Amino acid sequence: MNAFFWGLSTFLLINAFACLWRAFVGPTVVDRILATNVVCTKALVVLVLLGLAFERSLLLDVALVYGLLNFGITIAATRFLETGRLKGDWQQ
Amino acid sequence: MIEILAHALTIALAAIGALFFLAGTLGLLRLPDFYTRVHAATKCDTVGAGAILLALVIHVAPHPEALKIIALLILVLLSSPTSGHALARAAHDTGLEPWSGSGEARE
Repeated sequence: MNAFFWGLSTFLLINAFACLWRAFVGPTVVDRILATNVVCTKALVVLVLLGLAFERSLLLDVALVYGLLNFGITIAATRFLETGRLKGDWQQ
Repeated sequence: MIEILAHALTIALAAIGALFFLAGTLGLLRLPDFYTRVHAATKCDTVGAGAILLALVIHVAPHPEALKIIALLILVLLSSPTSGHALARAAHDTGLEPWSGSGEARE
């Protein structure tokens, strides 16, 4: 089963490198944010797979923090793009 | 017997997830404008990560690590569509025109 996990990780990493091309050439800013979001999701799955392959449950915690950071960064970047600032109208 | 079944289910679900990830990558690279790309990439990423994490939950099932992977699965299923919605709304509110099909594709 370990070899299968390694193969799947390699496949996902190749996919993530292909997605980096869109982050590099993307004509608009939202394209780049979307591409980094996709790469982060793939890296999260790769972290879980490697955590099982190495039998280190520490990597699962790293993957959890990675997913939370990915979500927060995407929401903050889109909010900044949309309104020009990070605070809402109801805040000072 | 039940072990063989669990292995077969793990491999089948992981292969489905890998296929969805491949479809998402192809959509992100090949589709003509941002709205079509966010459509392809977000949905395929949600289903792909969900299927692979579900396969890993089945693989490690009696072990308590499975709970951690279930938490990750719930996080991905909640956050990925929300990110896609926020991205599409930001693009629409800042005035990005959708591709009409008649003009040149924005590469």
